[in-house]
Amino acid sequence: MRIARVYAIAKKEIIQIRRDPLSMAMAFLLPLILLFIFGFAITMDIKNLKTVVCDLDKSEVSRRFASDLSASGYFIIVDPSVDYQQIERIIDSGAAKIAIAIPRGFSENIRLGKPAQIQALIDGSDANTATIAAGYLSAASDMFSAKLSPRRSAPAVDPRVRVWYNEDLKSRNFIIPGLIAVIMSVIAALLTSLTIAREWERGTMEQLITTPLKTSELIIGKLIPYFLIGFIDMLVAVSVTVFVFGVELKGSLVLLLVVSAVFLFGVLSLGILVSIMTKSQLPASQIALVMTFLPAFLLSGFMISIINMPYVLQLITRIVPARYFVTIIKGIFLKGSGLSLVWFDLTLLALFGAVVFAAANMKLKKKIA
Amino acid sequence: MGGAEFEIETRSLAKHFGDVRALDGLDLSIGRGELFGLVGPDGAGKTTALRILSGIMDPTSGEAYVAGISVNRDPEAVKDKIGYMSQRFGLYEDLTTLENLLFYADLYEVTRKERPAIIERLLGFSNLTPFKDRLAGALSGGMKQKLGLACALIHTPEILLLDEPTNGVDPVSRRDFWKILYDLLKEGVTILITTAYLDEAERCGRVGLLNEGKLIVVDTPKNIKNSLGAPMVEIATHAVRAVEKLVRPLGGVLKVTAYGDRIHVALESMDRLGGVIAVIKDNGLPVEGSREIAPSLEDMFISLVERK
Repeated sequence: MRIARVYAIAKKEIIQIRRDPLSMAMAFLLPLILLFIFGFAITMDIKNLKTVVCDLDKSEVSRRFASDLSASGYFIIVDPSVDYQQIERIIDSGAAKIAIAIPRGFSENIRLGKPAQIQALIDGSDANTATIAAGYLSAASDMFSAKLSPRRSAPAVDPRVRVWYNEDLKSRNFIIPGLIAVIMSVIAALLTSLTIAREWERGTMEQLITTPLKTSELIIGKLIPYFLIGFIDMLVAVSVTVFVFGVELKGSLVLLLVVSAVFLFGVLSLGILVSIMTKSQLPASQIALVMTFLPAFLLSGFMISIINMPYVLQLITRIVPARYFVTIIKGIFLKGSGLSLVWFDLTLLALFGAVVFAAANMKLKKKIA
Repeated sequence: MGGAEFEIETRSLAKHFGDVRALDGLDLSIGRGELFGLVGPDGAGKTTALRILSGIMDPTSGEAYVAGISVNRDPEAVKDKIGYMSQRFGLYEDLTTLENLLFYADLYEVTRKERPAIIERLLGFSNLTPFKDRLAGALSGGMKQKLGLACALIHTPEILLLDEPTNGVDPVSRRDFWKILYDLLKEGVTILITTAYLDEAERCGRVGLLNEGKLIVVDTPKNIKNSLGAPMVEIATHAVRAVEKLVRPLGGVLKVTAYGDRIHVALESMDRLGGVIAVIKDNGLPVEGSREIAPSLEDMFISLVERK
């Protein structure tokens, strides 16, 4: 192995990337665009949920209940006094997602210290939103009753739940760090999936393989520039996460970068391997996309929690490298996990990289056909 | 072991792609300092032969030696000895002339000390000095081929393997290119060049006529030409159909075959060519060029049959 030849390949590749606007955009712009699009679009928090109120009690207490709901920010009351008969039609038409009916005697029951009931009709066609809305609504009513009668006897069971690691339960806090992992998987594999295939397609490979250049020198030389790009992307993504999305980085930045480096090496090598196997840019990029994006998006635990998956799928997630990266990156961001907690997943990532890199070296031949 | 007296030697070299026999028992012996032309029509196996000799393709059977090294057993050892130019432009169009040269200098580990002199000389004889900072993609066809040759020569190889280097190159650049080859020959470089054109074959010291993967004859260009029977001419034209129709019934024309942008004409003798071209032009049809080409065995056979 000659460092001079590795360096020659890396230098050549960097010149080529810098002269190709499309490569530059894919390397530096695409990850940012994806981060912003997904970062703002994917949120499991609900806000300004359209709500109508059917106030049959028409009391000061019932009006206060409604205005407390709207003050929470989760609900926006589009109509404070609808007829009970209209509710079904309103929900059906989509004009509101939630209808709250406050029955006659609501304020009277509260005054007498009796249980006061309200009825909430929630549009369940978006089950996720409906569940979250129901949760918010019951929390809001609990707060309301607590406010009204602080000296009321305690219920038999009074759970005091405290959420750790993401105290304000913002979904953004656990989505964005995972999102970095997903985006980096896709970008890294996509970038390198084109490199070897491009040489074959443009006919430059035939000239290259008549030189004393070794296959390992070619692969390492090709990995270096994309590793640098991936690392810069990673730094930018972490900065955006912290400074734009306001997610606090509780753990060590150094550890995060070390883990990213190990992960990048594996995914970049995967892209190279795909490029070597296909020898053609279009199929290479498609295969790289499918191999990284779908597993990283669906099976990494980034959005869908792995413990809730069917057992077979849980097993499959074990071979998705993004899964380990997502776990580690979320741990470092939210829990401040140190090396003692992430070393095992980190080792698996390193192992993945080593296997794929070795496979790429074995598969690349200095031969035509 | 391979013959020490030959720089390039093959024994019963064969390459099969499925049922297609690209090479079918090639025996070649090329001495040191020879300029050898491998001539034949498209699909004769010329490219396959060069790829095997340069170690980038495994033969199905047979043996090949380059600079006394077995290509079968140690293809990597051959690579320091040879300079190879593929048929398709194999350099980086998004790198400049100089960047391409420096890149290959790095790959062949040309030392920093030797580098400036070698690069200056290569740029000089290829007349590329004024274009050293131009992107290779922006060079003309002829300049590209000269850059390809310069890159293949960066490590001063003993042996040059050139696959149709002047294909699609204008006549002036082609002449320049051959001038460079003659200079290299004086320095003792062994050159194996492939071509489909007989006028280029005539410039070689010895010529091997390849057809359907077999070497039909190896001789001096003069003897080869005399043995070919009816000469074949390639006429390049936009109006292939009209020209084909027009030429077919002419006197002295034995056979006409149309291709995409050219026709192949078998003539009784080369003297007839002037007349044929004149008739095409008189009818207002375009002629972009005409060259004598190597006929395939089939062409030769048909022309012989038709002459009777």
